[in-house]
Amino acid sequence: MNPDLIKMIFGRLNLDALPIHEPILVGTFAVVATGGLVLFALVTYFRLWTYLWREWFTTVDHKRIGIMYMILGIVMLLRGFADALMMRLQQAIAFGGSDGYLPAHHYDQIFTAHGVIMIFFVAMPLVTGLMNYVVPLQIGARDVSFPFLNNFSFWMTVGGAVLVMMSLFVGEFARTGWLAYPPLSNIGYSPDVGVDYYIWGLQVAGVGTTLSGINLVCTIVKLRAPGMTMMKMPVFTWTSLCTNVLIVASFPVLTAVLALLSLDRYVGTNFFTNDFGGNPMMYVNLIWIWGHPEVYILVLPAFGIFSEVTATFSGKRLFGYTSMVYATVVITILSYLVWLHHFFTMGSGASVNSFFGITTMIISIPTGAKMFNWLFTMYRGRIRFELPMMWTVAFMLTFVIGGMTGVLLAVPPADFVLHNSLFLIAHFHNVIIGGVLFGLFAGINYWFPKAFGFRLDPFWGKLSFWFWVSGFYFAFMPLYVLGLMGVTRRLRVFDDPSLQIWFVIAAFGAFLILLGIGAMLVQFAVSILRREQLKDATGDPWDGRTLEWATSSPPPDYNFAFTPVVYDNDAWWDMKRRGYRRPLTGFKPIHMPSNTGTGIILAGFATVMGFALIWYIWWLAAVSFLALLAVAIGHTFNYHRDFHIPADEVVRTEDARTRVLTAGAQS
Amino acid sequence: MRALKLLALLPFAALLGGCDFVVLAPAGDVAVQQRDLVVISTILMLIIVLPVMALTVFFAWRYRQSNTAAPYEPEWDHSTQLELVIWSAPLLIIICLGALTWMGTHLLDPYRSLGRIAADKPIESKDAALSVEVVALDWKWLFIYPDYGVAAVNELAAPVDRPIRFRITASSVMNSFYIPALAGQIYAMPGMETKLHAVANTAGTYRGFSANYSGAGFSGMHFEFKSLSSADFDKWIGTARASGNMLGRTDYLQLERPSENDPVRLYRSVDRDLYKAILNMCVEPGKMCMSEMMAIDAKGGLGREGLNNTLPLTYDKYARRGAPLGAEPTFVAGICSMDEIKDAPSRDVLAPLDLTPLRGVGLKRPPFSPAHPSSTSLLLGQRPKSDS
Repeated sequence: MNPDLIKMIFGRLNLDALPIHEPILVGTFAVVATGGLVLFALVTYFRLWTYLWREWFTTVDHKRIGIMYMILGIVMLLRGFADALMMRLQQAIAFGGSDGYLPAHHYDQIFTAHGVIMIFFVAMPLVTGLMNYVVPLQIGARDVSFPFLNNFSFWMTVGGAVLVMMSLFVGEFARTGWLAYPPLSNIGYSPDVGVDYYIWGLQVAGVGTTLSGINLVCTIVKLRAPGMTMMKMPVFTWTSLCTNVLIVASFPVLTAVLALLSLDRYVGTNFFTNDFGGNPMMYVNLIWIWGHPEVYILVLPAFGIFSEVTATFSGKRLFGYTSMVYATVVITILSYLVWLHHFFTMGSGASVNSFFGITTMIISIPTGAKMFNWLFTMYRGRIRFELPMMWTVAFMLTFVIGGMTGVLLAVPPADFVLHNSLFLIAHFHNVIIGGVLFGLFAGINYWFPKAFGFRLDPFWGKLSFWFWVSGFYFAFMPLYVLGLMGVTRRLRVFDDPSLQIWFVIAAFGAFLILLGIGAMLVQFAVSILRREQLKDATGDPWDGRTLEWATSSPPPDYNFAFTPVVYDNDAWWDMKRRGYRRPLTGFKPIHMPSNTGTGIILAGFATVMGFALIWYIWWLAAVSFLALLAVAIGHTFNYHRDFHIPADEVVRTEDARTRVLTAGAQS
Repeated sequence: MRALKLLALLPFAALLGGCDFVVLAPAGDVAVQQRDLVVISTILMLIIVLPVMALTVFFAWRYRQSNTAAPYEPEWDHSTQLELVIWSAPLLIIICLGALTWMGTHLLDPYRSLGRIAADKPIESKDAALSVEVVALDWKWLFIYPDYGVAAVNELAAPVDRPIRFRITASSVMNSFYIPALAGQIYAMPGMETKLHAVANTAGTYRGFSANYSGAGFSGMHFEFKSLSSADFDKWIGTARASGNMLGRTDYLQLERPSENDPVRLYRSVDRDLYKAILNMCVEPGKMCMSEMMAIDAKGGLGREGLNNTLPLTYDKYARRGAPLGAEPTFVAGICSMDEIKDAPSRDVLAPLDLTPLRGVGLKRPPFSPAHPSSTSLLLGQRPKSDS
């Protein structure tokens, strides 16, 4: 066949793109393909496709979308962690002339993919998932402001994840580090598809993140239950509000900077090239103007979770609610004034460096205040050490270390000796694992009974907790040590044998974390099997304080039959204390949004378009773009957007709950 | 459980003894001062971090559910005094740390010439700085000694106690020039120049490397930094002069092509303008230097005709393919051959030889003479007259 024609049809996609010569990838593909086939066969065998499509894929219910976000995050955690394990193994054995088992071409993709996946497709979906699930319940709303947009956002995130996962088996991923600094990431030095996968994966997912940010800001601002003034909002809702404001204000910067990079790569502009007046450091500035707020996007909701958990399990009001809120807002604002601390070594003058160093340190003041607030919430409480509280205490002890090393790195002359070293790696894993991930695990254990009506198994949960916490210390404390020995990041081979022992300890730590993840998966499985013993009929298993515990577990589609009225910032605690009685009569039909498949179809076309652009298949990019527009316009003519749950169905649901509650009270 | 944890830490203590903590025990005065800052700020922060950790453990234990003897106040959620303490304690620490940061950042600005050789050794006029021009290549380091006209790949030598002035750039992608024993790192960026001032105080061989990932050969991108006595340094220069290699522009274009784990190479002579040409990205014959381009632009540019002043690019470090939808890659052609590439105006920051005025110690007291005695009376009304 005519090679020009083939090139027109397939772009630069050809059989060489399949990594059949790389045994590790072929093995991975075999495992993934087998797993996928088994899953596909099971779903088909049990005739679940229609159910999944109708009840899950097309759902606009914030609770189901939240759960799907969590599943996405946990699945991607496995991929991201597999990368981490491979890196630790390579660094533990590549000593004394040994080249390890990974060639540079593969190793460099792994550390890039690890960073990208862990931030964008693990931490972000888990955080967004929890916010999606919990925020509407906490503010007494029926759903988010824009339920269809919520579904679309989720599927765009999935689309980005699909593109990144696809790079494993079709072509390759970027070999640039997780922020793809030019000139290395520009067409001259990375001509292959890796960086294009990176760009389009993040652009597709970024649309989802931005839209879900807008959605949640709007939800929190507009849909609060009557009586819930801003200063009566639960702290998790407050931190979610701040996080989503950060998302809305910072993700467009990421989109813009990646768009500029793709212009450089696709049409030969010179924004970030060495020649023709381009400047790579402009990219570095811009991406960190997104990148630093991103850190707070992840950690603020975690702070919110800790606030809820500490108050609930100490059986006590949160200490210093007002200062907690102000601390959150101050952090939100300051997070925009510190980006340059990621590259003090660029050679900016001493005054610029001092400014950014000092603004960075100032952030530790509100953060410190938060830490004290949790501390004094525990003070004179009655602390129940259930799993969420255990994660919280582990967080408090771990996070202060990460915070301290962070402030240390904010001192420019100290940063000159520690920048890009393993000390830095240890620092940000210390705050992201010790802060964000521990917070997410606390949140998962805390809200799981709300979502499914039964608790997570405490035995396997504790096992997972101890493996994770000890694994974290074993994996990252050696990296602090190595950083002080002047070892830099992203190295593939080493020649100083005295370093090896530390890498071996770190690899052992990673292995402990593997056990922690394993125990967590077992915990989910065991909990599902033992769901009858772990059942919670009350809807309020922890003696909670906020509105989500007022409704049943799992909550009905409409969340609350009657919108609650709020008089106190611990609304549900206040209701319980005043002898609240569930209304048993007077139900009315409830207005609800209808499911729609448009979100998944749009995201599907967007993903195809991304794939086509990555491989220079121009016709397909054009076709999928037109299809995207057509479906989006077509959806505006869909008038079947809402329906009413009839009053007698609400009565049936509420009566069922009444029976469960009375049965629980009698037994 | 806690005792077990402590026990588990013991082997670490043994390990720590046998390690080379170069960041904590460096060989150069700049790195020593940076180390001091690391240590002082850590101690400052521990003042607040340790009590927090201790309180966390203590509260978690004391107010556990089973301890019914501990007081329980479910409604207590505010205390103005406590709030004042928890906001002001971190604030005070950050004020101290901020002052330290401001001073440290200015005093240890890598662009600033050195104010001393070591804590007890002031700089003297005879200690003229050794100039070294550093180029990060794919994936090796080129060091040019303009004062001696020699150069070396993957080996850097300098005499003990003599200030070194590095001028740093890169050929293709970003790297970071870092010798932990000598001084903190700074980026090496193509088409841009960074500066670093440092001094080594003890003789020895130390490790230098790139601290910013730069592609496939990054792991092998390290070199030895030899801190030599003055006589040994002269000998080293002699060895370089005795080597047969010369580094002209064509040799450089060959050298800058990507290669990994390169051996040490010494050059007895270097093209006088090579570093400037690398920095201005015009080593290739016929390519316009950036300094020239900027000079033309500063005078208003070439107008629309400038667009045509390009030639097709055949080679740019890697096998460059060009953007799929863009024009073929080009470069700006030089307009006239230049005898000398102009230096960018120097941005050196000079260190004061005497730090006393900065510390405010031993300064003459400014005379107290209010310009408008009547207007200051509001503020100074309480002040007894005899004070001035």
